[in-house]
Amino acid sequence: MDLIQISPAQNATGKKYWRSLHELSGKPGFEKWVEDEFAGGADILDPGSRRMMLKLMAASFGMAGLVACRRPEEKILPVSKSAEDVIPGKPMFYATAFVNRGIANGIQVEVHDGRPTKVEGNPLHPNSLGAASALAQASVLNVYDPDRARSVHEGGKATSWAAWDKFAADKFAPAALGKGAGLRILSERTSSPTLLSLKAELLKNYPEAKWAEYDSLDGGYAIAGAEMVFGQRLQPIYHFDRAEVIVSLDDDFMGEDAATVQATKQFTKKRKVALPGEPMNRMYLVESRFSITGAMADHRLRIKSGEVLQFASDLAVELGAKPALKVLKPGDATQKWMAAVVRDLKANAGKSIVTAGPMQSPQVHALVYLMNQTLGNIGTTVTFSKAVFEPAQSIGELAREIGAGQVNTLVMLGGNPAYTAPIDLDFAAAIAKVATSVYLGADMDETATAAKWHLPLAHPMETWSDARSTDGTATILQPQIAPLYDGRSAIELAAQLTDGKAKKGYAVVQSYWKSTLAAADANRIWRRSLHDGVVAGSVFPEVKVAVNANAIPDVVAAALSGVEVVFLSGNVGDGRFANNAWMQEAPEPMTKLTWDNAAHISPAMARELKVETGGIVKITLGARSLEIPALVTPGQADGSIALVLGYGRTKIGRVGEAVGANAGLLRTSEGWAFASGASVAATGASHEFAITQEHHSMREPDMPGRKGEMRPVVREGSLEEYKAHPHFAPEVDHHLEMFDLQGVHDYSKGYQWGMAIDLNLCIGCNACLIACNAENNIPVVGRDQVRRGREMHWIRLDRYYTGTDEDPQAVLQPIACQQCEAAPCENVCPVAATVHSPEGLNDMAYNRCIGTRYCANNCPYKVRRFNYLDWHKKITPVGEMVHNPDVSVRMRGVMEKCNYCVQRIQEKRIAAKVDGRRAIRDLEILTACQQTCPADAIVFGNINDPATAVAKAKSEPRDYLLLKEINTKPRTSFLARLRNPNPELKA
Amino acid sequence: MPQIFPKKLDFFTRLSGAVLIMTAMSGAALAFYIMSPTVLDTGYTPVQPVPYSHKLHAGNLGMDCYYCHTTVEKAAHAAIPPTETCMNCHTKVKEKSALLAPIRESYETGKAVPWVHVHVLPDYVYFNHQSHVTVGVSCVSCHGRVDQMVEVKQVQPLNMGWCLECHRNPAPNLRPVQFVTKLDWKPEGDPAEYGRQVIAAKGIHPPVNCSGCHR
Repeated sequence: MDLIQISPAQNATGKKYWRSLHELSGKPGFEKWVEDEFAGGADILDPGSRRMMLKLMAASFGMAGLVACRRPEEKILPVSKSAEDVIPGKPMFYATAFVNRGIANGIQVEVHDGRPTKVEGNPLHPNSLGAASALAQASVLNVYDPDRARSVHEGGKATSWAAWDKFAADKFAPAALGKGAGLRILSERTSSPTLLSLKAELLKNYPEAKWAEYDSLDGGYAIAGAEMVFGQRLQPIYHFDRAEVIVSLDDDFMGEDAATVQATKQFTKKRKVALPGEPMNRMYLVESRFSITGAMADHRLRIKSGEVLQFASDLAVELGAKPALKVLKPGDATQKWMAAVVRDLKANAGKSIVTAGPMQSPQVHALVYLMNQTLGNIGTTVTFSKAVFEPAQSIGELAREIGAGQVNTLVMLGGNPAYTAPIDLDFAAAIAKVATSVYLGADMDETATAAKWHLPLAHPMETWSDARSTDGTATILQPQIAPLYDGRSAIELAAQLTDGKAKKGYAVVQSYWKSTLAAADANRIWRRSLHDGVVAGSVFPEVKVAVNANAIPDVVAAALSGVEVVFLSGNVGDGRFANNAWMQEAPEPMTKLTWDNAAHISPAMARELKVETGGIVKITLGARSLEIPALVTPGQADGSIALVLGYGRTKIGRVGEAVGANAGLLRTSEGWAFASGASVAATGASHEFAITQEHHSMREPDMPGRKGEMRPVVREGSLEEYKAHPHFAPEVDHHLEMFDLQGVHDYSKGYQWGMAIDLNLCIGCNACLIACNAENNIPVVGRDQVRRGREMHWIRLDRYYTGTDEDPQAVLQPIACQQCEAAPCENVCPVAATVHSPEGLNDMAYNRCIGTRYCANNCPYKVRRFNYLDWHKKITPVGEMVHNPDVSVRMRGVMEKCNYCVQRIQEKRIAAKVDGRRAIRDLEILTACQQTCPADAIVFGNINDPATAVAKAKSEPRDYLLLKEINTKPRTSFLARLRNPNPELKA
Repeated sequence: MPQIFPKKLDFFTRLSGAVLIMTAMSGAALAFYIMSPTVLDTGYTPVQPVPYSHKLHAGNLGMDCYYCHTTVEKAAHAAIPPTETCMNCHTKVKEKSALLAPIRESYETGKAVPWVHVHVLPDYVYFNHQSHVTVGVSCVSCHGRVDQMVEVKQVQPLNMGWCLECHRNPAPNLRPVQFVTKLDWKPEGDPAEYGRQVIAAKGIHPPVNCSGCHR
């Protein structure tokens, strides 16, 4: 067979696109992924399966005689007394919030017959605006985690809440505690008004007690920076939807923050370019590792995280904000870059934003506030309001007090400090030193083992609580299900600590709010707040500020020694999602790594160390060292290693244990965000990652008549180019002459479903992928099966690099079934299990499929997924509760793929018919991916009606079809990616 | 070499071969027939925990189907009523009957009465009562004359071919929506002709593609 050249050739738009270093280097092996519909080995039976096969055969012969019997008797169990408004089989939606690092992100939880199954965004909540992040989507799976703690433990032995209540009544009674000397509470960072009021009450009852807070992913540096220059604890609020130019200093605000959804919604609003000539914002980003925000940046500068402070100081000097000496050497490569940024910022004064990442020091944040003031941004694009977090004792001070023997009772409200606390505090040992240690935690984790009392923490979907969003807007969290494993909330335990008496969360939360709300109307406002998911009027007012520049210490030039180690959070947060299989299996957006963490190193560093991806390296930092497999990551800053936290758990459950290495072993109080002075060496050992980036790769077609040129599947251009040549993306296909091999169905009548995905908005955050998991009951297969290319995600987020391997740009492209009008899969199915609907959907009848896999073999987009094994076999009855009852759970031997959420189409169709047989309105049907997308990159609807959003998107000049030359007539089209480079910085 | 078997044995060999094939085929046909939903499922009449008589309640007493099956026009399921619904009357009527003991027990303890599912569809079929009832398909079309049944019995095969018969030609099964639960309703004139008028007026196109019922 005459194979086309696969090493990336120059394509028609003059750019090289490559998926992996493997492909770029042109080594053999990648070709195999492109050639096959599934990877080699995906169809090989597991070892020992011959025996299994014989068993199965024997079983099927045995069953043959039983087939004539009727199905087993089924029971219907109606409730004894019905509840108001509940209609069996109809989902209910409850407004509540997903709390991430203490910040509320509004959500609506879909509940089927008492089971929460799906999370959607809450359009009324300022941090959600209708969308939800991947973590919020995945949080529903944690409700049914069978490894969650199920009962109270005392000294490692199971006991009961009654025993705890008896103990607490004696221990925490005012008579027993006196002034509370020696009592310490360690809470997760919290904005909960009720919990903070309980804290005040507790400290009033026991004036010598102390309340500490710790969040392992946010040190509160933004607030500390504000305290430095404003003299008060203020929260900066960046309005990305008002900025033309954004300069981000190590701030992955769309990928890794407490409120990514809001930032993404606002940022992409300024990125929507319908017609040529419309404006678009421009983003400059300085960072050490390649983040998804970095992939969206128009200009990205790779420097060590530790150098960002010096960069910020110089930028402030260049902007004229600070009359101090510059610290970077003249002639530095970054100087030219910075000069262009400064000119752009000055030209957009009042319409720009300078922002710093949560891991950057208070000094960097203070410099950022100063720069924004100089640019006149404060009050327009950057505003300040009272911080939602209150000052508390730090975990370092707490550990010191424990060491000094000043603590006799330690109560930990969640957070798993034995695992997340800086390693130099040796917090597990500190817990053991305290006479009475109590841990309220959801999992049987590291802290649960160390503490005397372990009390099961209820999931936020099981209890009453509250929280505030960044701007102060309060949300009351309401339960959707009674605690499955007999847990209690932090609020319930804190209320118990105030006087030793057990209290119900509902009563505590309600009494707080009734005392706060206007008395005459309290009941009505309470109900309204629950319904809306926000308490009206609870937003904190804007505070007018002036920066005291003298409070910022001068930055001194200092060369960073050795290798830098940077800590960041990935798919599993600080480890609390480690037992969440959806998050473990979701490919990390930039590297496509699943079921692992790694030491991300730059290609140059890899050459220096003579390691390849998978080679285990030993990182030594001071007296501590860590062995972890390396992942060669294009775009990583040289001399900087990114380590993802939350992995290498020793105690968490069946999913998360023994996955990855614990980066926290190198994380000290000093080098908590990043640390330099590390040394790295290859050990010679290696590890096999499960990386999906080459799986299901599509072939880029040749340009006819132009040898060596490819027609790219992902297309991009600059804003200027779009203005000059609006049709630059579809023009690549213009010379094609196409004809149909067979008669074509008439799709000009009725609803015709189609989708448009704007690559200029898609940030690749994985929210759609997890939403699809939840909506469509997509199984998890595990690390070993992912290595074989058997992952089941219906949405594949392809990541393409362009440029050099050292400093590339990246584009992400979500690919699901393209719903071809002339679908190649349908022609080859021998049993007509995949056929077309009159509305243009490529239907999949699972019960008809016999698993020949011909369809997958014939799919040019490689979007079909095959159930090689019974992935649901190990699911417990509780685990099954998360399934969406509107979608079949597929069995072994069945093919599946995206169907545009056909269950949602049918639901709305029936609703429209019942509602007076009217037509379905535009955007009435939202697919799961579209609904949750924080970037609003996906639109879906009836393409037959030119007034619909999808028809309008498809009429934009950037719209192009994937692999158009094979004439499959896909219903999904893509809008080409645009970049807005600064003309000064053009290479 | 002399022939061991006589030549006429060929005939018997062929005959026995033919008999074998025919037996196998007729056996397969018989098995297929026996296992078809028409034979296997039609007539299914399980014993219920409480001998509730639809004939008495819906037939003789004339209670409307909607009185108990309240969700039928609001949801996909025609829910079996909560025990509460039974007790609306049976706190006053037959309040001491031994046959009603499980109902009283359920009402007191809050535990469900384990009714046996009669009209069972496979899990991959998403039948929706709401969309059928609100367009004028009567209960009787699928469930038969329940008002004449002492014990509920499955009278239709409920297989895919049977569903499609109506989805391809819904006219005979359509009636004014207000008569959906009036099981003995007959139109004046030709039912099919009336159905055709309804189809034209409401623009009814029942789906016949896979995703209409399978998701």
